[in-house]
Amino acid sequence: MTAPAAQPGQHEPAPMPVLLYSEAEEDLRAAVRALLADRADAPGVIARVESDTPYDPRLWKALAADIGAAGLLVPEELGGQGATCREAAVVLEELGRSVAPAPYLTSSVVATATLLALAAQEGPVVELLGDLAAGRRTAALAVSFSAPAADEAQPASAVDGRLEGTVTGVADAATADVLLVPTTDGLYAVGTASDGVTVQPLVALDLTRPLATVILDGATGVRVADAASAVPAVGRGLLVGAGLLASEQLGIAEWCLGETVRYTRERHQFNRPVGSFQSLKHRMAQLWLEVVSARAAARNAAGALADGSPDAPLAVAVAQAYCSGVAVHAAEECVQLHGGIGMTWEHPAHLYLKRAKADSIAYGTAGRHREVIAELAELPAP
Amino acid sequence: MTTTTPVDADEVRRRTHELLASHPPATTDRTDFLKARFDAGLAWVHYPAGLGGLDAPRALQQVVDTELAEAGAPDNDPRRIGIGLGMAAPTILGYGTDEQKERFLRPLWVGEEVWCQLFSEPGAGSDLAALGTRAVRDGDTWVVDGQKVWTSSAHVARWAILIARTDPDLPKHRGISYFICDMTDPGVEVRPLRQITGEAEFNEVFLTGVRIPDSRRLGPVGDGWRVAQTTLMNERVSIGGARIPREGGMIGTVARTWRERPELRTHDLHQRLLTLWVEAEVARLSGERLRQQLVAGQPGPEGSAMKLAFARLNQQISGLEVELLGEEGLLYGDWTMSRPELVDFTGRDAGYRYLRSKGNSIEGGTSEVLLNIVAERVLGLPPEPRNDKDVAWKDLSR
Repeated sequence: MTAPAAQPGQHEPAPMPVLLYSEAEEDLRAAVRALLADRADAPGVIARVESDTPYDPRLWKALAADIGAAGLLVPEELGGQGATCREAAVVLEELGRSVAPAPYLTSSVVATATLLALAAQEGPVVELLGDLAAGRRTAALAVSFSAPAADEAQPASAVDGRLEGTVTGVADAATADVLLVPTTDGLYAVGTASDGVTVQPLVALDLTRPLATVILDGATGVRVADAASAVPAVGRGLLVGAGLLASEQLGIAEWCLGETVRYTRERHQFNRPVGSFQSLKHRMAQLWLEVVSARAAARNAAGALADGSPDAPLAVAVAQAYCSGVAVHAAEECVQLHGGIGMTWEHPAHLYLKRAKADSIAYGTAGRHREVIAELAELPAP
Repeated sequence: MTTTTPVDADEVRRRTHELLASHPPATTDRTDFLKARFDAGLAWVHYPAGLGGLDAPRALQQVVDTELAEAGAPDNDPRRIGIGLGMAAPTILGYGTDEQKERFLRPLWVGEEVWCQLFSEPGAGSDLAALGTRAVRDGDTWVVDGQKVWTSSAHVARWAILIARTDPDLPKHRGISYFICDMTDPGVEVRPLRQITGEAEFNEVFLTGVRIPDSRRLGPVGDGWRVAQTTLMNERVSIGGARIPREGGMIGTVARTWRERPELRTHDLHQRLLTLWVEAEVARLSGERLRQQLVAGQPGPEGSAMKLAFARLNQQISGLEVELLGEEGLLYGDWTMSRPELVDFTGRDAGYRYLRSKGNSIEGGTSEVLLNIVAERVLGLPPEPRNDKDVAWKDLSR
């Protein structure tokens, strides 16, 4: 894909990415949406989140392997689809729309992008990437889900190949087959079933994305990167994660707006649809503006990451600083404009509210991303 | 895919080179060049052949504009004739007779004749369809009496697009007709309207016994409201649709002040600046996405979002800027009454920008009305119950 040529006389820091969806992306969207409608409807998701198996293995196999979504970021020669962040972002929009529990963001995006950044041609990294791309295994990067892209703190240490330390708030660790553990001695791939690894599930605000504490007590694994190459690789994984999270947030906001419009057109009070009151319709129109803007910001981040643009860190920070608030606002309005039914456990609005609020912390809050912008755009604090 | 389209990018480029060869910009009079460009169909390529266009896809205009800009050719100063280009022309094209199109479009595009818009009235703002300016038929002529307001360029305009009531016994939307009004008619009086910035960018226009031949009516008698929708749709596009580079709007001015004057910085202002910077950047990206949609031939309803977003952003950013300037924010450049020929939202000092941007959420449809339009036409939400649609205009309260 090529970006449109800049107009003469304009000084753009980087070429503008394509912000539209291609036909192939729309086809991918249709396939994912049909699958999720079939396998992850709202009552099913609500029933599942309180069970012992929040993830539906059949759904994951269909999404990851049959549709091939897990391998989108992975080059074909490594067993993937050879697509880009643009396509993965479309999958995340749909996963946001359905709040289906699936380790896509954590395994197929963050862990995969981290491993890809190591640029290995053979060996355990390539083998693991092949498994992740085929959906045979999933991996989780063992850092807190709240860590912003720029955070380089290492809670785990490795001495003579034995890993020690506790990492809190790791998303999708409980279901992952492999943990990618950044340590003082580089990046390790550690099987979650191996000795010295304990994964303790936490009670998470977002019911659809399980969190866990990872305790490493003399665990061993494969060292896939030394300390010098681990830091940028993890940074890349978290940057891609933050950038594509914006697309998930867009999907959440879209669903919340669409469902609120649908409901307020049908719900009658005072002998008229409540959606005919200006005080309500202005709030929904405002949300629509935010969704339109969030789409531009999210597509720009996905496009900048896909194009390898030097502008990507700023594009990601802008998308996160903006889309986090839009998803939360849409979910909060969804609950409020639904009235009493929106407060019930039975109605799925709470799943979106919880996902949106948790996502606003994931990979750094909007405030943390604004701090990044202050630096990148040269707008320093006093 | 485009086998039925006779004109492609190569053909447009060929015709542009032909124009440049027959009328070298360096040695051709500006108006002569513009007339030749119009006659070559390169004025607005999506217009019909013979009326300044080639019946070509709109996206091909970029090819012409780029080639001509590179050759240093003069343009028609679109900012000076924005109402003609953006509103009068599409309406004349859509509803005008062949004679009207022949007579008006060329001098309009070339800039020989400036246009203004006689729509809003003191008693008909958001409820434009309630307008009370009367047009009464007298044989082959209409006699117009009434008052219009917020008319930019009225003092320099040769022609006006005008809507007036032709049948007060019908409900308000059905008794309106659309005219082309000669601004040199002795019954037209233009008075400057001074606004909160101190200057008079707009006018009030008093119409007293103005005589308009029936041949200058646009569209059928009583169909003026529908005709006016074409005008208003294009107005919103022209207010919100321009492409801007990063930090290209008001945010750029504030960001420069922030960088150059560290003594003004506070933590509170920093947080608010960053939030607005993000929103301005996202609005820019939304505008760019809309532009890409138009180029790809997939226009969406997102254009109406742009005007709403820019109105709010301009107000918040200029408000922040006045505050950032501290003691200087207590001052104002100049309250002297003047009549600028061009509207400039970003010019002059911060105080001016703060005051002028207050109009951004009023002109071209208030933000409140636009939110209704988005809610009802884009989201499909039901309208408010109304008691003014089936009542004769003369029986409405006012």
